[in-house]
Amino acid sequence: MQKFSGFELFRRALGGHKSWQPQWRNPEPKAEYDVIIVGAGGHGLAAAYYLAKEHGITRVAVIERGWLGGGNTGRNTTIVRSNYLFDESAALYEHAVKLWEGLSTDLNYNVMYSARGVLMLAHNHHDEISFKRHVHANRLNGVDNEWLSAEQVKEFCPPLNIRSMRYPIIGGALQRRGGTARHDAVAWGFARAADSRGVDIIQNCEVTGIRRGPGGAVEGVETSKGFIRAKKVGVSAAGHTSVVMAMAGVRMPLESYPLQALVSEPVKPAFPTVVMSNTIHAYISQSDKGEMVIGAGTDAYTSYSQRGALHVTTHTLDAICELVPQFRRLRMLRNWGGIVDVTPDRSPIIAKTPVPGLYVNCGWGTGGFKATPGSGNVFAHTIARDEPHKINAPFTLERFRDGFLIDEAAAAAVAH
Amino acid sequence: MTNRFRTHSGGRIDRGAPVSFRFDGKTYSGFKGDTLASALIANGVHLVGRSFKYHRPRGFISAGSDEPNALVNVARDAARMSPNLRATQVELYEGLKASSQNRWPSLGFDAGAANDFVSPFLPAGFYYKTFMWPAGAWKRFYEPKIRAMAGLGVAPTLPDPDRYTQNYAYCDVLVVGAGPAGLAAALAAAAGGAKVWLVDEQAELGGSLLAERTATIEGKPAQQWLADTLATLAAMDNVTLLPRTTAFAYFPHNMIALAERVTEHLAAPGADLPRERLWQLRAREVVLATGALERPLVFPDNDRPGVLLADSARTYLNRYGAKPGDRAVIFTACDAGYRTALDLAAGGVAVVAVADLRREVHGELPARALAAGIDVRPATVVTGTTGRLRVSGARLAKIKGGPSVDPVGASETIACDTVLMSGGFTPSVHLFSQSRGKLAWDAASGAYLPGTSVERERSAGACRGITGLQRVLEDGYGQGEAAAKASRDAASPARGATPPPGPSAKTFPAQADDLGTDGFIGATPHARNPAFTKAFVDWQNDVTAKDITLATREGFRSIEHVKRYTTTGMATDQGKTSNMNTLGIVAEALGESVPKIGLTTFRPPFTPTTFGLFAGAARGDQFDPVRKTAIHDWAAEHGAAFEDVSLWKRAWYFPKALPDGRREDLHAAVGRECKAVRSSVGMFDASTLGKIEVVGPDAAEFMNRMYTNAWAKLEPGRLRYGVMLREDGFVMDDGVVGRMAPDRFHVTTTTGGAPRVLAHMEDYLQTEWPDLDVWLTSTTEQWAVIAVQGPKAREVLAPLIEGIDLAKEAFPHMSVREGTILGVPTRLFSVSFTGELGFEVNVPAQYGRAVWEAIFAAGERFGITPYGTETMHVLRAEKGYIIVGQETDGTQVPDDVNLGWAVGKAKKDFVGKRSLARAAMSAPDRKQLVGLRTTDPKLVLEEGAQIVADPKAPVPVPMLGFVTSSYYSAVLGHSIALAVVKGGRARIGTRLSVPMPDRVIEVEIVEPVFYDPKGDRLNG
Amino acid sequence: MLIIDCPWCGARPEIEFRYGGEAHIARPADPAAMSDQEWADFLYNRTNPKGLHAERWRHIHGCGRYFNAVRDTVSDFFVTTYKAGEPRPDIGESGK
Repeated sequence: MQKFSGFELFRRALGGHKSWQPQWRNPEPKAEYDVIIVGAGGHGLAAAYYLAKEHGITRVAVIERGWLGGGNTGRNTTIVRSNYLFDESAALYEHAVKLWEGLSTDLNYNVMYSARGVLMLAHNHHDEISFKRHVHANRLNGVDNEWLSAEQVKEFCPPLNIRSMRYPIIGGALQRRGGTARHDAVAWGFARAADSRGVDIIQNCEVTGIRRGPGGAVEGVETSKGFIRAKKVGVSAAGHTSVVMAMAGVRMPLESYPLQALVSEPVKPAFPTVVMSNTIHAYISQSDKGEMVIGAGTDAYTSYSQRGALHVTTHTLDAICELVPQFRRLRMLRNWGGIVDVTPDRSPIIAKTPVPGLYVNCGWGTGGFKATPGSGNVFAHTIARDEPHKINAPFTLERFRDGFLIDEAAAAAVAH
Repeated sequence: MTNRFRTHSGGRIDRGAPVSFRFDGKTYSGFKGDTLASALIANGVHLVGRSFKYHRPRGFISAGSDEPNALVNVARDAARMSPNLRATQVELYEGLKASSQNRWPSLGFDAGAANDFVSPFLPAGFYYKTFMWPAGAWKRFYEPKIRAMAGLGVAPTLPDPDRYTQNYAYCDVLVVGAGPAGLAAALAAAAGGAKVWLVDEQAELGGSLLAERTATIEGKPAQQWLADTLATLAAMDNVTLLPRTTAFAYFPHNMIALAERVTEHLAAPGADLPRERLWQLRAREVVLATGALERPLVFPDNDRPGVLLADSARTYLNRYGAKPGDRAVIFTACDAGYRTALDLAAGGVAVVAVADLRREVHGELPARALAAGIDVRPATVVTGTTGRLRVSGARLAKIKGGPSVDPVGASETIACDTVLMSGGFTPSVHLFSQSRGKLAWDAASGAYLPGTSVERERSAGACRGITGLQRVLEDGYGQGEAAAKASRDAASPARGATPPPGPSAKTFPAQADDLGTDGFIGATPHARNPAFTKAFVDWQNDVTAKDITLATREGFRSIEHVKRYTTTGMATDQGKTSNMNTLGIVAEALGESVPKIGLTTFRPPFTPTTFGLFAGAARGDQFDPVRKTAIHDWAAEHGAAFEDVSLWKRAWYFPKALPDGRREDLHAAVGRECKAVRSSVGMFDASTLGKIEVVGPDAAEFMNRMYTNAWAKLEPGRLRYGVMLREDGFVMDDGVVGRMAPDRFHVTTTTGGAPRVLAHMEDYLQTEWPDLDVWLTSTTEQWAVIAVQGPKAREVLAPLIEGIDLAKEAFPHMSVREGTILGVPTRLFSVSFTGELGFEVNVPAQYGRAVWEAIFAAGERFGITPYGTETMHVLRAEKGYIIVGQETDGTQVPDDVNLGWAVGKAKKDFVGKRSLARAAMSAPDRKQLVGLRTTDPKLVLEEGAQIVADPKAPVPVPMLGFVTSSYYSAVLGHSIALAVVKGGRARIGTRLSVPMPDRVIEVEIVEPVFYDPKGDRLNG
Repeated sequence: MLIIDCPWCGARPEIEFRYGGEAHIARPADPAAMSDQEWADFLYNRTNPKGLHAERWRHIHGCGRYFNAVRDTVSDFFVTTYKAGEPRPDIGESGK
């Protein structure tokens, strides 16, 4: 792998940047791999990287229907945080945040992790109790999160309107280590690092079937580029998980919804942190480029159309203009949709499946980006060892049968 | 400064109406009808901005909404400032104040231009490769620097005082674009009797006709034909004309979002007008007549101020009477360059050379240029320009034939003050693509054209690759006719491809230049050292041809990857100027054909659209409906503080005025209110509780299935506390239910849960048990509910009630009776959420306030005390009554919160029952509701605080539960709290810890009933 | 905003309706007789097809009725709507 650094940039600039090599290869699929990952989003690429790096499994293919990082990885609002309520969730997301903190160095790719803080706004007493419950639980779990009064909220994020609104802000929960990262760089950084360890990333290759042997175990995948053999297949297909798992005859507790996001035209720095309000349904941060990056909850009905309705966007911007009324004159530059797979308890599934050799990492809903390195890391462990890492052990499919739900949505009333 | 570059006559500006304006603090003059861009050009000003990354000096490129460079801030006042507006779209008005952006200290001398000198070290994606060392420096050092350099304009800092409105509308035929195709389509559709809307983003309708100098239509000069046509359309009742209106997004089922700019062009907008209007227009049929955008040519130094698109220069000249310079060099790949050359020459601009990328030049326009004595040079490229803040010369070189090391020969520099370029035209397929129509590559014209439609939509004119004014007009007319016809067929489904123009009922004999479909995609050849050469593809984001080839070299093969890695096409013009050239460069670098490379997705909005437009009137109290009870105003008049509970405003507490003029704080008021209820009597507005009337022969069976409780044996006249589960077994809602008659239940729900509960009931009733004969009616708004609570409650009410015996034996706790209060019909509940003797008076909402006031008056002799939600919370917590949503969070089964008694064990089934049998629901470490006492009686625990066994345990500290409710009980003289704790009931009598950041609080686990555990007081 | 054809009221804009999830998942007549896995299938597992989807809608700001629809989840366009209790029309497989 060509090293990336300021010095290399300088050195190659002198040669007109002619000596840069491809950041990853564009290989044809081999006949057989030890592990096939379906889906070259951040999670899938991270799993491949950690399979190679931490488990020595390098005969790995990541198969992608379109272009790598082109699904939710390249469509989300890039928020990273770990202040989840339940012990299981806190451990999972905190694992990810710890990896985020060293990710640029580990991948030798600047993923621009920016711990600019994630501030969640409380608008009523119910929010306040809920957030304080989070703050206390997080502290005891070693996760930073603190309660701010309304005045402290204003001080931390001066552009916010806290008083003259329908639901005035009464306080907020702040995770200072939370923030944002550059989404494309995460996909590209993992792709480059995985590729350099021998992983084949096969783009424009659609999985059309999962072949199972007489005993039911996975034998490989049928693709638009032919059959590829592998005894282990990890599905990391986000919104398309139900479709892929159906190929193996597995029905999933998932529904796929459109999730919209939008950006404004770029402006000079005007918003210092990430602000989320679940009560009035919106979140906002400013990218390094200067665009206000804005999102909210999902649209109402299941869909694979990757677009949402205008009335959902208007509701989001109602909320943004209420929170930051001086932004009413900013203009929307781009609006797009992704497809998010949502579980009944709004927590992910990272687990073995009833089919031997088939593993699944899904159900991240609207909050998968933040978990990318942690999710890939424990998914790789699960595939390599054929048993979950202790961090993802609770995130099984069986929890829905037995009732051991990890219901962050019910408990938190907070968008993920 | 005079308008030195203004033509002597012509154009659509009003030369009798001079307008004074300021740009970067300097005063200029223009005319009514000018844009900021045309007025500045007329004044010889081309330097108007700085680029995003290298801060290179930039001028206008285009005359329309595709302009990437000329972004300005326009400020009416401190609050009404708008960044990033395109000067090409800003209409001039008297006193307009505009300023340039992204420069410091000034536009002429910008310190940020240092970036330009180190640009060899800042290629595409440089930031991914560096700034990683030392760890942590990204956030502390590099990122703040990059952020300060990035961004364009400055965001406003004061709330926007302007208004925005939102409208819904319907029409038979929407025509987008009022150029020749759109005008003809509107004429045809209107003649066919259809209700037609014609919208255009520009200030004037007419599109390309507005810049026509010599063309004629139907024997009239084009401008005359335009005026006549607009007059015809305006006179028709079935036609709506909307200029300054951008169709910015195409949603399913032909819903088009339109942004109408109402006041932006006015010097003094009336206060009655909104700044912008959002139209959500549903059209039966849509005709897209969105025209085509001229493509720039990608050649070295193509970004100096004074380098413009050729047809835009022609627009400035013909439409605005503004000359782009004195001496023009034209660089063209199509006949558009010649048309501009001829118009410039006629307008008094010296055209010193036309460099034509094509090897051979023939046709009428070049011939006329030659005849006019213009220096026409086939097979010639511009390989660079000179000048700093304005172009001063162009380097022309001959393209070499055959294989050659250098693609071009030696260059000659020609002095000029403007370079006008044309790479041909790209059909505007943005809206077609947004509609999910499939684009098809047309090799003949080298363009993506509308292919298969998904919506009831058709394209007309230049946006589907048709050239020549007459053909465009006739295509427009044909499509308009067809659209009107199709709109009469309600069942007409979405079609396939837009059909060819049928035999139109009308012909449009027109005389005009046909530019054909020649053009060029990619970067033009040159022989300069690429390391020191910048040929811009995306002007605003400073993406050069070599950035794009670098991306392909680094393995970015998908066009989406190239776009994201280089940021080409991601500027505020969203690729209008850059997308096709990017495709061309990528195709060449990868040795593939353009259609193999694919196309990036066209996303809404077509042009940037104001946030306020989407938000509309939704601000402050208009953000969400405010629900108020019938008693709200009384509470407000009596000084109540309110809290938001879902959409409701609820009285929170009633602070009394103190002798010193201040008012009680929350604690003082609540303490007083609690004591009053416990010692005498209080009254509480409970009207926000949800109420549902469940009626029908099967009502009891329905209730049996919906609630955990058994209802069959509940006698009419009795109340029961009901618990409702979700099908997954978790507590969803609760409330007191009265059986009014064998077939009639008066159901109450939590305040926030009312709509959810009704929807839940309707779901089961309609879809699972349609055989049950039951009707459900929401009665929340019909009843005002006044809780009268306390030992004196009966005495207060008795004199007011008729028809109900309030005696204890006749009307025991948990009963309901119908009678009248002050002559008003009432359903009177004997029920208590305080633990005291209590009643809830349900009266029709319109009598709510009168009855409330009468009870208040009747209670005066007992010191009756109105209390709010906070006191209600304290009183119920003293009794250990839960609040769904506070003691529960959607993860509790009934037994967890001591409601196991409410589950009808003998019932075979009810919603949620089966789920209770799952393994997790009987796990031994489930959290159970308990009470907490602190050692220090004054210490009130924090709600949400966690409970642990060993606060000194290493992180992660195992947590046993948390505090759900916590108050100071003035009645008991100590604090109380409710909590859910793992295995809590077995821990009663033991001690646990509540670790806070600064200390550890020891708590005793106690029974959750703190007051009157036997319940004696309930029966008064 | 979609246009939805309520079988009782006719075509109305989407904001009058509330989505109700996958259709034709009947509540078991005897839940107690079901295994935990069967019950979890009923509660949680969904077809979630990419393609034609039979689903429930309620005309909440209209007649208030639940009805069923077949919609293509790729285009979001409705193929048909029909009254609750009627069988799913025979128009292609759910999921493709």
